[in-house]
Amino acid sequence: MVRVRFFARYAELVGRAEAEVSLPLPATVGDVVRRVREDLPGGGKLPERPLTAVNLKHVKLDATVQDGDEVALLPPIAGG
Amino acid sequence: MYLTRSPISLDRLLAEVAHPALGGTCVFLGTVRDGPEEHGVTAIEYSAYEDMVEAEFGRLAADARGRWPDARIAVRHRLGTIPAGEASIAIVSAAPHRAQAFDACRFVIEEVKRRIPVWKKELRVDGTEVWVDPSGHPTVRPSDSPTHA
Repeated sequence: MVRVRFFARYAELVGRAEAEVSLPLPATVGDVVRRVREDLPGGGKLPERPLTAVNLKHVKLDATVQDGDEVALLPPIAGG
Repeated sequence: MYLTRSPISLDRLLAEVAHPALGGTCVFLGTVRDGPEEHGVTAIEYSAYEDMVEAEFGRLAADARGRWPDARIAVRHRLGTIPAGEASIAIVSAAPHRAQAFDACRFVIEEVKRRIPVWKKELRVDGTEVWVDPSGHPTVRPSDSPTHA
């Protein structure tokens, strides 16, 4: 089980701030994104290749995801 | 502490970096803008992936220490609704000489813009709300998104 978090505009698109996603593990972040886009209402509106983080660190879509990890889908960063 | 929901106290940041050996101090303030391109921005609502902000900022600060080991740097990013004209971020860097102070300050703001997961939504005088992308331009209006419970 992987915890997926959504922020800002992405949270609005899927109507939630987080979701629990189950998929065969280990998987990649890209697998998690695909699962979210396919299974979650509104998920198809998320980009295919969003910025992502695992356990509070920026990662690429080919990064490995383990059971219990927290995966975050990050809209384009706009701080400052 | 990096994030705050209160107005930023520059005096406090200056006190954090002050040291007799550091002869140059550089201050950068980012403020909520309502210019000709902003169409009447009354405020910006800042949100963040707060746990990751703290973690990533720790890594950013370590990078800055590696580049300027003699510098002292203090940063605050404000979250929540910030009225136009008020500061959303303050960076204060002090170094033995001005060149390192300017360079470190510039490095930190550019890295914040690139790495730190913070987002902003413009609140406009006509009542609309618009997410802002990194280039500073509006993306889509939340009202274009599906309604959700």
